[in-house]
Amino acid sequence: MNEELNRGREVFREEAYELLAELENSLLELEMAPDNKDMMERAFRAMHTLKGSSSMFGFDAIANLTHEAETVYDLVRKGKMKVAKELMDLTFRITDQIRTILGKKDDSGLKDNSAADDIIRSFQAFLSNAGLGVSHPSAGSEIQAKRESPISLECSQKDSGSEVSGSKVTYRIHFRPYQDIFLKGFNPLPMLNEISKLGRCTLIAHADSIPDLEHIDPEMCYTCWDVILTTSEGINPIKDAFIFIEDNCELNITSLDKSGSFDSEEAHKQLRNIILEKGDLTEDIAKDLIAKRQIINTPKSAVKEIHLTDNTQQETGSTKGNQLEVSSIRVAAHKLDKLVNLVGELVTVQARLSQSATFSDNPEMLLIAEEIERLTDELRDSTMNIRLVPIGTIFNRFRRLVRDLSNELGKEVEFITEGSDTELDKNVIEKLNDPLIHIIRNSIDHGIEPPDIRMNNAKQRAGMLHLAAEYSGASVLIRIRDDGAGLDLQKIRRDAVENGLIKEESQLTERDIFSIIFSPGFSTSEEVTKVSGRGVGLDIVKRSIDALRGTVDIDSKRGTGTTITLKIPLTLAIIEGLLLKVGNNQYIVPLSAVEECIELRRGDMTNAYERHMIQVRGKIIPYIRLREFFYTDGNPPDIEQIVITEVNGKRIGLAVDHVIGEHQTVIKSLGRFYRDIDLVSGATILGDGKVAIILNIPKIIEYTESEEMNRFAGHV
Amino acid sequence: MNKKILTVDDSASMRQMINFTLTAAGYDVTEAVDGMDALTKMNGDPVHMIIADINMPNMDGIELTRKVRSHARYKFIPIIILTTESQGTLKQEGKAAGATGWIVKPFSPDQLVSVVKKVLS
Repeated sequence: MNEELNRGREVFREEAYELLAELENSLLELEMAPDNKDMMERAFRAMHTLKGSSSMFGFDAIANLTHEAETVYDLVRKGKMKVAKELMDLTFRITDQIRTILGKKDDSGLKDNSAADDIIRSFQAFLSNAGLGVSHPSAGSEIQAKRESPISLECSQKDSGSEVSGSKVTYRIHFRPYQDIFLKGFNPLPMLNEISKLGRCTLIAHADSIPDLEHIDPEMCYTCWDVILTTSEGINPIKDAFIFIEDNCELNITSLDKSGSFDSEEAHKQLRNIILEKGDLTEDIAKDLIAKRQIINTPKSAVKEIHLTDNTQQETGSTKGNQLEVSSIRVAAHKLDKLVNLVGELVTVQARLSQSATFSDNPEMLLIAEEIERLTDELRDSTMNIRLVPIGTIFNRFRRLVRDLSNELGKEVEFITEGSDTELDKNVIEKLNDPLIHIIRNSIDHGIEPPDIRMNNAKQRAGMLHLAAEYSGASVLIRIRDDGAGLDLQKIRRDAVENGLIKEESQLTERDIFSIIFSPGFSTSEEVTKVSGRGVGLDIVKRSIDALRGTVDIDSKRGTGTTITLKIPLTLAIIEGLLLKVGNNQYIVPLSAVEECIELRRGDMTNAYERHMIQVRGKIIPYIRLREFFYTDGNPPDIEQIVITEVNGKRIGLAVDHVIGEHQTVIKSLGRFYRDIDLVSGATILGDGKVAIILNIPKIIEYTESEEMNRFAGHV
Repeated sequence: MNKKILTVDDSASMRQMINFTLTAAGYDVTEAVDGMDALTKMNGDPVHMIIADINMPNMDGIELTRKVRSHARYKFIPIIILTTESQGTLKQEGKAAGATGWIVKPFSPDQLVSVVKKVLS
């Protein structure tokens, strides 16, 4: 049971985070449109579910917190109070505190903690300040009370203690259910069963109200019971047994004696007299009853019969087909990862199949291979699709961030999101969270000006922060645009020179200078604020986006604002690649980076004085010879190929021996040993079982540039 | 054949807890996320009992109870509603709709099993 509880807690944690997000989102919506009834209901339901589930799994502190919030929002819902900033702030303190409690893995947050009590006190203070100090029992005491009683059904608390448990007492229970109880789902038999387990029990069923067969309504209950029970458990378990039905029956529980001497012949007579006196039984039945106990069973089977008819009725009712289907299911992430891995393997094997089919000279086989190829492609696409989640899931988190930051910095910011239904791989979205937080922080901290300065500059009082996502080919573009002060070119340049990032005399384009802000150790902020500008910051953004094989682009105008654009590939696991060959080695270049392929003849090289430059339609493009880059043995063919790639707006060629063609590339990481080699972004297994290296073109270019630079410096 | 119990709750953790507990006690358990979902799932194999939360999106537990009671196939099955409120209003409303019984949250697995035994023969 303990293990189950723990597993339950894990599910609860996950669910609680979702509920918190839901709650915060609807609250933020509410803050903008306080009369939105729908949002109110959503917020309320989230709180309510949170309260119910948290108390189930022993998170009493969370239950207490949500109970407070629920009380207040009940007033809001009833229109007695408005959603105001102060209330919002308090509520967010609650959600934060709940997150803290949930974050503690060792379950130490289960019980009340002082921080939670603090918040509860401020909530109560808030209520009484608002003149609505409604006295209410706190959830804590309520829950505590429930915990202590053996069965939480309220009845058990009613008259406890009047009987001393342990001593045997005999009760007479008269139980006459209303005729329509079957229609409420009641079945008297389990209840009588429960009673009979409490002690020595004699059950008498009265069948005399059962009408003739032709008048019988199988949906009605005609039987009533008398129970003589000798038990040491006291009266409460008996009441508990009938708790649900007590409004739907005549129930009479009387104590016959307290001696427990009911077993004696004397008592039997006494009891018979009582029953006869009361007129519940006729003399005959009573005699029969004492003689043979079978009689008890007969009416019981009568009830069973009634029940059988229920069942037949149920069978005939089974007509409606399955019309609606489930709209969504939840799957553990690791199962999905496994599926993707398997599909990856399948793609690899399929490539092998196609290859050997091509060489097999067997048209039948070729047909099958093509069929498999088509299916694999579809399977791959749908599998990748499963992993896509809308980016809106993280957008919503930022609302909260923007609100908190602008409060903290005394700025007014209007946060607009667009394209939140744009879908990206789940893993990618998770990795985008931190970089986006950084960028948003920077925009609010450095970009958007305080309200008074904005007014002086003839701008809207509130700054605008625009977060948009859109598809662009096999990538997604995420734009973060603010209408703040923009970047100060001169200042960035000055600081970069001071920090030794560039040389005083360097000739740099506007774009080059902008990109400096993504360099490690760069910060223009004059004073270090709590929010950003500790010198660690935007370079992390660049690094995380690089890791996703994405790019960062920045554009800014002094005085009117800054736009940062992230370009992120749709998926991480499988890419379209171009397979290249140098000597005996094969390499993959992401197809998205490839512009065109051209030939390189021996003569072209001599014409360029052995410089690695080539003229393409009147433009000079530098190229890197992979043969030299990887120190490959052997001689190049007479005609080499140059694959022209575009990276960060620059066109650079890669000279290779052969271009083999497009290849579905399942990216495999190279393992721990090669983790620090950033010139390759992974490897893939080819159709013939060989391994091809996936090249990280931006890094190769960067590396070559710095090598050349060093060589140049060495010569001078 | 084991009795089949349908647990209806928008909270996954609640459903899981009920599912574990009742499966361990020897029942078959099917989960539904709200009243609508529950009605759909009841079209398949027969369900012998329903345990439903009150507060749910799309269709709440009280509306679900009403719908089930008007269903020829299911009008006799026990329906247990889950409440957090100890106030009687929702409970009364549930009863009026035809609920068999109720459980007040929080409850322990043992309590859940004892309630199920109480209403399911």
